[in-house]
Amino acid sequence: MIQDELSRLRLKLIAVTLAFSFIPLLSLGLGLYAKFYDTYTEKIYGNLRNLADNKKVTIDLFLTERVAQLSNLALTESYADLSGDAYLERIFGVLQLHSKSFLDLQVIDQNGICVSYVGPYQLRGIDYSHEDWFRTVMAKGIHISDVFMGFRKYPHFNIAVSRREGDRTWVLRAAIDSDIFDSLVRTIQLGKSGDAFLLNAQHVLQTKPRFGHDMFDTVPFPDIPRFSGTRVDELSIGGEVSLYAMTWLNLKDWLLVIKDDPGEELLPLYRARWLLILLLCGGGTLIVIGAVFIANGTVRELIRAEREKATLDASLTQSSKMAALGKLAAGVAHEVNNPLAIIMEKAGWMRDLLSEEDIKASPNFQEFADAVAKIEFHVRRAKDVTHRLLGFARRMEPTQENLDVNLLLEQTRSFLENEANFRGIAFVRDYQADLPHIESDASQLQQVFLNILDNAIDAIDKNGSITIVTRKLPDTPEVEIAITDTGNGIPRETLEKIFDPFFTTKKVGEGTGLGLTISYSIIEKLGGRIKVASEEGKGTTFRITLPVSS
Amino acid sequence: MGLRVLAVDDEADFIETLVKRFTYRQIPVTAAGNGPDALALLERESFDVVILDMRMPGMDGLAVLQEIKKRHPLVEVIILTGHASVESGMQGMSLGAYDYVLKPVDFGELLEKAKKAYERKKLNESRADA
Ligand SMILES: Nc1ncnc2c1ncn2[C@@H]1O[C@H](COP(=O)(O)OP(=O)(O)OP(=O)(O)O)[C@@H](O)[C@H]1O
Ligand SMILES: [Mg+2]
Repeated sequence: MIQDELSRLRLKLIAVTLAFSFIPLLSLGLGLYAKFYDTYTEKIYGNLRNLADNKKVTIDLFLTERVAQLSNLALTESYADLSGDAYLERIFGVLQLHSKSFLDLQVIDQNGICVSYVGPYQLRGIDYSHEDWFRTVMAKGIHISDVFMGFRKYPHFNIAVSRREGDRTWVLRAAIDSDIFDSLVRTIQLGKSGDAFLLNAQHVLQTKPRFGHDMFDTVPFPDIPRFSGTRVDELSIGGEVSLYAMTWLNLKDWLLVIKDDPGEELLPLYRARWLLILLLCGGGTLIVIGAVFIANGTVRELIRAEREKATLDASLTQSSKMAALGKLAAGVAHEVNNPLAIIMEKAGWMRDLLSEEDIKASPNFQEFADAVAKIEFHVRRAKDVTHRLLGFARRMEPTQENLDVNLLLEQTRSFLENEANFRGIAFVRDYQADLPHIESDASQLQQVFLNILDNAIDAIDKNGSITIVTRKLPDTPEVEIAITDTGNGIPRETLEKIFDPFFTTKKVGEGTGLGLTISYSIIEKLGGRIKVASEEGKGTTFRITLPVSS
Repeated sequence: MGLRVLAVDDEADFIETLVKRFTYRQIPVTAAGNGPDALALLERESFDVVILDMRMPGMDGLAVLQEIKKRHPLVEVIILTGHASVESGMQGMSLGAYDYVLKPVDFGELLEKAKKAYERKKLNESRADA
């Protein structure tokens, strides 16, 4: 019952301690982690975005410059001049001075026929009128193609611009080495598995990526509608999650993609996460141990207090039991004494009459005499009981005399000397010579010693020894008297009954069972304690502790 | 002239037997059932030893004892008590009783004490005469 309650209390204590420790610990840990996570990813995303921005500006700048060069040329030179191969060649030379990436240059009339050409191939006379790019440049004034191999077997792209001159329109078209993009994206400083590439609107690679694909492969990339600025996203492509910074070029519908391995970039973050988990586990274990420790300690304290209370209660009940019993016993004994007195007198009177001559002659004389003797014997027995009861119930205040316990024990022992000698019982005396005198009631103490020594002699019956030890207790102002006998001992189950009134194992007429009851109440009244330890068949020790001064 | 006893107790059976046993031993004895009767008897006749029970209804033994000692200082009193406490006996003795006997009484002991009390009374009387 109480055990259940205590274990429930223990659990409750543990739970409360854990709750109040874990909640702050967890919120602190997780809060810090979240903050760190945010800041850190913010930084990584920021870095990637910057990188992408910069590259985009560079690529855009490159394209803008090339377009501007061609446009300037178209605006400043006339169709008549440029359609001559020799002049075109000179102009091409000037262009290449600015940029080595120009591969060739051609002039196309409004019917789509190449009229002049400078470059490694013979393209003059070719008809472009059915090509898509030709229609676009005629309509919009400019066209930038995707990167392709062409018959050059070399990745390049074309820029074409158109010019209206009088009533006709002509087109200036240049092939441009796309190596420049490769080198631009390749110079991006990336980690081990980082990558950078350009994609056209159909997800066809315009540069050669570091890993996985070749140029002109179609990459399984999600459709990214055109947007302005730079975006950084975590995307899962081909079952692999990576960070992607993406930005559309201004002049061409190419998407610049910078890929970064989050694992690599976020490594410090993962480390921090592990550290956090480790710290939480460590802290958690400590807290659990602490909580269990505290709860166990508290419960142990409670149990101890409970036990103390129980013993106190027990001794209180014992003494109030004694007091109530004392009053009752005194009343009963007194009432019983008067009829006993009458029986005694009547028996005495019968004994008187038995000495008359005529009765002596009666054949039953002996029977009468025996009966009277028996009546007197049993009245005396009853008298023993009532007198002891009255002695026990005596509410006399104990006197206070300065007494020598050793001397008192010696006197008391001497009363029993003859009886002990007769039964072959030796006394072993171990008195502390400088035992302090105590303030107590000599006659009541003597009664106690007499009771205990009497019991010891009865327990030994024949041949044995009784050891009497007196000691000053080292820690408290008390003296201890230990009386040990080599008697038959007390069985465990009766050990707690021996102080009960009328508990006796002795023959009818030999023991009242009040000796120890009275001894107990006397010692208690004198402010001391009485304890018993016994081993069946070996002997018994009674220990009396008395205060030096009351 | 021998010992004359007055026995005072409210227990009729007890006092009756006591009277029989004294008479059987040729000791003149008179019984009284309570304190006032005893005091009245003491006024009329002279006794040497009063055997006085402590607990009686009405006037109790101690009061009777005090009264006897006041009026007849030479009369010796032996206290009978059912209270086996030494101190009630002691209290009686401090009030002038010769001795006390615990109930149930051992008649031999009582007789012994009565005789001794008588001797002391004789002694006191001779001293008073001198
Ligand atoms: N030293 C002892 N060794 C063995 N048993 C003992 C000892 N002291 C007491 N006891 C047991 O305790 C019982 C109670 O003892 P207690 O002194 O109260 O009564 P008693 O000795 O039986 O009667 P009384 O004291 O009236 O003679 C005894 O009957 C005996 O069984
Ligand atoms: Mg005993």
